[in-house]
Amino acid sequence: MPYLIFLVLFVALPLILIILYAFRDSSGHFTFGNFIQFFTDKDAIETFALSLEVAIENTAICILLGYPAAWILANKNLNRSAVTIVLFIMPMWINALMRTLATAELFHMLGFQLGKGTLIIGMVYDYLPFMIYPIYNILEKMDHSYTEAAADLGATPWQVFWKVQVPLSMPGIISGVMMVFMPTVSTFAISEFLTNNKIKLFGTIIQENINSSMWNYGAALSLVMLIIIGITSLLQDNKKEINEGRV
Amino acid sequence: MKRFFAQCYIWLLLIVLYAPIVFIAVFSFTESKVLGNWTGFSTKLYSNLFTGNMQGTGSLMMAIQNTILIALIAATVSTILGTIAAIGIHNMKGRTKQTITFLNNIPMLNPDIITGVSLFLLFVFLHISQGYLTVILAHITFCTPYVVLSVLPKLTQMNPNIYEAALDLGATPFQALRKVLLPLLKPGMISGFILAFTMSLDDFAVTFFTRGTIGLDTLSTYIYTDARKGGLTPELRPMITIMFLGILILLIIINLRKARAARNAVQ
Repeated sequence: MPYLIFLVLFVALPLILIILYAFRDSSGHFTFGNFIQFFTDKDAIETFALSLEVAIENTAICILLGYPAAWILANKNLNRSAVTIVLFIMPMWINALMRTLATAELFHMLGFQLGKGTLIIGMVYDYLPFMIYPIYNILEKMDHSYTEAAADLGATPWQVFWKVQVPLSMPGIISGVMMVFMPTVSTFAISEFLTNNKIKLFGTIIQENINSSMWNYGAALSLVMLIIIGITSLLQDNKKEINEGRV
Repeated sequence: MKRFFAQCYIWLLLIVLYAPIVFIAVFSFTESKVLGNWTGFSTKLYSNLFTGNMQGTGSLMMAIQNTILIALIAATVSTILGTIAAIGIHNMKGRTKQTITFLNNIPMLNPDIITGVSLFLLFVFLHISQGYLTVILAHITFCTPYVVLSVLPKLTQMNPNIYEAALDLGATPFQALRKVLLPLLKPGMISGFILAFTMSLDDFAVTFFTRGTIGLDTLSTYIYTDARKGGLTPELRPMITIMFLGILILLIIINLRKARAARNAVQ
């Protein structure tokens, strides 16, 4: 069928090419050199670690700020207005570069020193809606008889929250984590805007290598990123199974 | 009391979240080149944007045109390709179906930068010179899976006998497709088209890697190059404001309609 050919040509073949290029030198011979170059380059490893750190911190802050917001939005006693929900969803529809640029300009005008601090705050700005929306969706559809039953059976509000509500909303948290962690770990333009090119993230290094025709090294770095993404999505699948098992 | 604190939290978050946009919107009404420097009320930036009368930024209009044109072409082709693919996948069984669904999921899971780099390598490998064509092909690649996923549920919900009944009653396969199948799939196709269109409008990384060196700019790449040159073109301020207001109004209308429809359904 034609669509299979299309997928093989535009999805499978390009990914195979990343692998092929990653294990070749510029004259086309097989080599591990690109990976050796990466693992022995202190700057590259530090950038890689920093990217992971920033992505993890950003995801954690988004959960801490986003979960209570989603919880309030989904609670009919605390929030009756549909407009607030629209306001939280809307940024998802707007070009991320534009939003980041606006944030960076605001930091600039307020006289903030552009650096790691502004990078993380700016990323939280960009990705908070992507955390709130999936959690809100799950909480809104949740059957409240579970929490009521737990309370009737003598659980304290704190216990109801941690032992009933959080486990039940886990699928929402996991898809929120995926929607926040993946783009932050792979971003390149956003970090440049928010730090005025002071801090480089892993995505920026990939982009620089590809643009300066270092395709083989760039492909090797992309492969490293693909492996990180692969591991994250495997974790997601496992957790999902655990959850389905529990419910 | 609890409600009061909850509302405070929500609105505080919203105020902080929207501060940058409000800031851009306010300063779209002044002429100053530097943001944050109020030099009196003026709508000059708006008229500049619409007349295209900007110093050295004439390519902004070009970038907007490119963005819309590429999104329209990519969304249309993806909708057609994705619908045909969904019908095909629906009628498949076993291994082929698994393979194709797996491949179909990859562009949705991959980060933009990986999709961009991998397609860049493909075009280099095939010696295709990069420009409009490669950008459109790349956009079709990451948009089509979303169309497939919007149309497939409509096919599984459909009663398979309807199509066969049409054939039994003497319709040609083409007539059955056009008069029976397509009307049933239409809602899925429309939401797939909208999804593809917005994905394409929003894209930056994939366009960046596949646009080549012919100077092709979409809005995203324009903003990127512009911001790297230092300082944002003042005319981008009114444009960001207009886009924000447009999308806000659209979303509010959609949501109010949904709420009204839900209320009517209850009554």
